[in-house]
Amino acid sequence: MSLAHRIIPCLDTDGARVVKGVNFVGLRDAGDPVALATRYNAEGADELVVLDIAASRDRRPTFLETIRRAACELAIPLTAGGGIRTLDDARSVIRAGADKVTVNTAAVARPALISELSREFGAQAVVLAIDAKRVNDHWDVMVRGGRDSAHRDALVWAQQGVELGAGEILLTSVDRDGTQLGFDITLTSAISRAVWVPVIASGGAKLPEHFAQVFSEGAADAALAASIFHDNVQSIRELKHYLSALNIEVRLPC
Amino acid sequence: MNVMLIDYGAGNVTSVERALARLGARSQRSHSPECIARAEALLLPGVGHYAALIRSLDQRALRAPLLDALQRGIPFLGICLGLQALYETSEEAPELSGLDLLPGSVRSLPATVKLPHMGWNQLKLTRPSRLLEGVSADAYFYFAHSFAATNVNSEAVALSNHGVDFAAVIEKQNIFAVQFHPEKSGAAGAQLLQNFLRLAA
Repeated sequence: MSLAHRIIPCLDTDGARVVKGVNFVGLRDAGDPVALATRYNAEGADELVVLDIAASRDRRPTFLETIRRAACELAIPLTAGGGIRTLDDARSVIRAGADKVTVNTAAVARPALISELSREFGAQAVVLAIDAKRVNDHWDVMVRGGRDSAHRDALVWAQQGVELGAGEILLTSVDRDGTQLGFDITLTSAISRAVWVPVIASGGAKLPEHFAQVFSEGAADAALAASIFHDNVQSIRELKHYLSALNIEVRLPC
Repeated sequence: MNVMLIDYGAGNVTSVERALARLGARSQRSHSPECIARAEALLLPGVGHYAALIRSLDQRALRAPLLDALQRGIPFLGICLGLQALYETSEEAPELSGLDLLPGSVRSLPATVKLPHMGWNQLKLTRPSRLLEGVSADAYFYFAHSFAATNVNSEAVALSNHGVDFAAVIEKQNIFAVQFHPEKSGAAGAQLLQNFLRLAA
């Protein structure tokens, strides 16, 4: 008996629709968020992440409505993020039904935000999202949807974030995101071994082997993917049976 | 029957409400001593910091009516912090007194494992459980916590393990409690909530 490795579908939303892109650009429509949430809940997803990629003030009510409607359908944890800049922003998504919030750019700009959220909602509700890009011998933290470098070492930032009260790291490889070449194992393993909180690996997943590798070699606690699930390239149910056959502990859907 | 959700400001009250609604149960949230005193069944959800729960119970004068209701045999289900609150104290806020319905104190999980203990884990049944009736022995439940009742006492009908064994399901007469989140634990969690509703009816 031990903690199961989690498989987490991610919905990147823009307004009332799910969108997808390669390397954070070239977005196209991928469906209705609530319909996808319902499907993943039934297929055995362990958690769902919903991100507001536009994160503009005027579309905020639409995003909150999406969270509210998705939460009604889910019997699994729901994480919401994108544009969380203040305690009030976080409160509004949690009131809408999210169990956890992710913070990214705003936490880089003002790290105390992590502590404020952790004190208010508990560390288990605060997910530090880090978009990391390889630069020479280290990884840089990228902000504003992976576009700009924060000129900060991702490994050091992950450790600081945990010290400040983050209960989990959502680690996206900007280099791998959208490429379907597999997770960045070196990055995931480096971060996962440097912090004492769970790490969710993201960016680059396509094949079941990619998931097996990120759990066994990458020391990831969870793995996140978007388009391969939306497009039915990979079914969550089959993926879990594949991992289970390799003796990687997963929660098999009934 | 109407389940009274003790609303002390925790984040997961809405989730619990929705999970009960999916089962067709009626529930109502309240933080008034009078409502708790009149409740037919009580549910204490909780997530976050132990101190926030205990302080809120005391500030809203809910401790006495809650203890009184439990004494009278009103069915009770504690979730996560709602389980931890049943013990004497917690290492998370040693200066505060818990509800003291179970002996011992809640402790931090060991630093040898990743914390919080976050995700899906299984249970080890130590004796027959009324809450887990009809739930498969290898079912997974969703946990999100760093502290736990590791001084496992006889009221624990099921344990889980993360670095160390801890109480995952408590059953003591009318008092039921779970360390995991049944409202977030898929079909197995729904079955457990359904069992509580049946036991409380």
